[in-house]
Amino acid sequence: MDRFVFLTLDGLSRGAVLAAFALALVLIWRAARIVNFAQGAMAVATAYVAYSVSAATGSYWLGFLAALVAGLLLGAAVDLVVMRFVDHASPLNPVIVALGLVLLIQAVLGMVYGSEFLPAGTPFSRNPLTVGGVAVLSPYDLFVFAAVAVVVVGLAWTFTRTAVGLRMRAAAFAPEVSRLLGVNVGGMLTLGWALASGVGALAGMLVIPTELGLHPHAMDLVFVSAFTAAVVGGLDSPPGAVVGGLAVGLLLSYVSGYAGSDLTPLAVLVLLLTVLLVRPAGLFAPVTARRV
Amino acid sequence: MSATRAATPPGTRARVDGADPHEARRGSTLRRHAGLAAIAALLLVAASYGLEPFRNFQLATVAAYLCATAGLTVLTGLNGQLSLGHGALMATGAYTVALCQNAFADAGMTGGWLLPVSLGAAVLAALAVGAVVGVAAARLRGPYLAGVTLAVAVVVPALAVTFDGVFNGEQGLAVPVEPPPTFLGQYFPYERWQLWVTAAATLLALLLLANLVRSRYGRTFRAVRDDEVAARLAGIHVARTQVLAFVVSAAGAGLGGALLAVLAQSVSPGAFSLTLSLFLLMAVVIGGLGSLAGAAWGAVLLVVLPDLTHSLTERLTLSPALAQRVEGNLPLAIFGLTLVVVMIAAPGGVQGLLSRLARAVSARRPGRRRP
Repeated sequence: MDRFVFLTLDGLSRGAVLAAFALALVLIWRAARIVNFAQGAMAVATAYVAYSVSAATGSYWLGFLAALVAGLLLGAAVDLVVMRFVDHASPLNPVIVALGLVLLIQAVLGMVYGSEFLPAGTPFSRNPLTVGGVAVLSPYDLFVFAAVAVVVVGLAWTFTRTAVGLRMRAAAFAPEVSRLLGVNVGGMLTLGWALASGVGALAGMLVIPTELGLHPHAMDLVFVSAFTAAVVGGLDSPPGAVVGGLAVGLLLSYVSGYAGSDLTPLAVLVLLLTVLLVRPAGLFAPVTARRV
Repeated sequence: MSATRAATPPGTRARVDGADPHEARRGSTLRRHAGLAAIAALLLVAASYGLEPFRNFQLATVAAYLCATAGLTVLTGLNGQLSLGHGALMATGAYTVALCQNAFADAGMTGGWLLPVSLGAAVLAALAVGAVVGVAAARLRGPYLAGVTLAVAVVVPALAVTFDGVFNGEQGLAVPVEPPPTFLGQYFPYERWQLWVTAAATLLALLLLANLVRSRYGRTFRAVRDDEVAARLAGIHVARTQVLAFVVSAAGAGLGGALLAVLAQSVSPGAFSLTLSLFLLMAVVIGGLGSLAGAAWGAVLLVVLPDLTHSLTERLTLSPALAQRVEGNLPLAIFGLTLVVVMIAAPGGVQGLLSRLARAVSARRPGRRRP
């Protein structure tokens, strides 16, 4: 029972990060109808920025801040320099371009930092606190929950309560009409990429210390898990991404706790296939006919 | 606009499509393809005597990659399905060959027929895995399909570590391969033999694929790619066609992986990482989606570019550690950058540029451009 409680809490902590990362995917999907397959590589790049800044200044928080800023800038740059010029007639084209970015980013990181695992620091201890003799969350887990909660609430507030959020939704929903009404649609798209990439950077900063460490491929499996989370929730639904993230986190935690951590990738693949074959639109999306 | 249209501009398609007015005059497709294959075989045999052993080995590697890129071209270029999982299918073929060859060696069997049997088993294993993935893929579109096949590419190599009792974990397996048959002479170079074996298998696979592309099946592949609804109205079973394309493509990938394993005489999960899957995609996109000639350009690139960057880094005076990092990653960076640039500037790839150039030179047919 103690083990179950521990695994559940650990799963929720993993899931919170996956939820943030899935949210980043959903943001871009809603804004541009692109699944950003480069999200993982971009997040790793910002984590390396944080590593360099932290190493130079000795402060975790300066590195953390640098990662978020780098995430925003990288997202805007990817939109302005690359994605804007891709022919969107086929959904394959943006995917292929994003994969090219994956190769490019990972190779540049490998050239600059090498392919060894670098240690990634945490601002708080990862040793779990015990409550009544039962190991529960660590201070770092609490930090993860708080950071993800701030992001989720902040994004929800931005999109529902601010003028910029309204313009972003309008630009995604009806670009032509929005343009006629004076919305800078291209600018909103760039802002959407920047926000999503910033959220991805945050998720990367949170998840990399809990894995093996900093490595150009550190986010490959995390990306697959987060994509699964986004699909479980339905690619169109931000609340779905959060719930999907928590669900995938719990699954990963139970599988690695009860069946062995080797099996977690397989569990993710099985879950992804099951959801896509049984309910392709996700658990939170209204059922619509496939458009051809 | 079809939701699954592949990134092929109309110009490149004109070359590939079966509706060629000159076809009847040139005689049967099978005879023409067989003739081309025979010419290619003669050229390769001549080249295997002219080139030094290392170049022979490189040419053999190109041939092995060509099986996989040709398979992926059939799937992505002709059927409009994107697969990021072909590295995993190659791994399936490679591990099957390793297990078969080891089983034969343990049983003490020898003979020239063992390797073809192992290669056949590898193709069958890849067929089976491809059928499973293909049935799922036929129900998925665009980014969903990409996501699932990406998951396959990440997960399958990890299985080699999970079930290390069979696959020996990160270490991988050795692939015992017999020396060249004795009637070729005692001092027959091993690399030349490798080239002969891989080239024979690849030419056979390409011959089959080229005929398939020109056949009724090839036309249904393209019909489904261009417009699913129209294809369905024309009486084509869309899902069945997509599964068939995936299975054919998987067989190509499996044979390619098996040949790579035979060339390297070992398999390990590290050789079939996600990067390999991305490489294959990059190769077919840069070579030119939608034609088997594009797949050949892509396979050549996969071997030549790392070689070029190797000689480039040797030219530069770098510290050993930095040189190692640059050498390992520069090809990837160039591949990635080229992929992005090609997708934006020349979606037809090398073969598309060449055919556009050929049309501009002949100037008899006005060059068809994107409307």
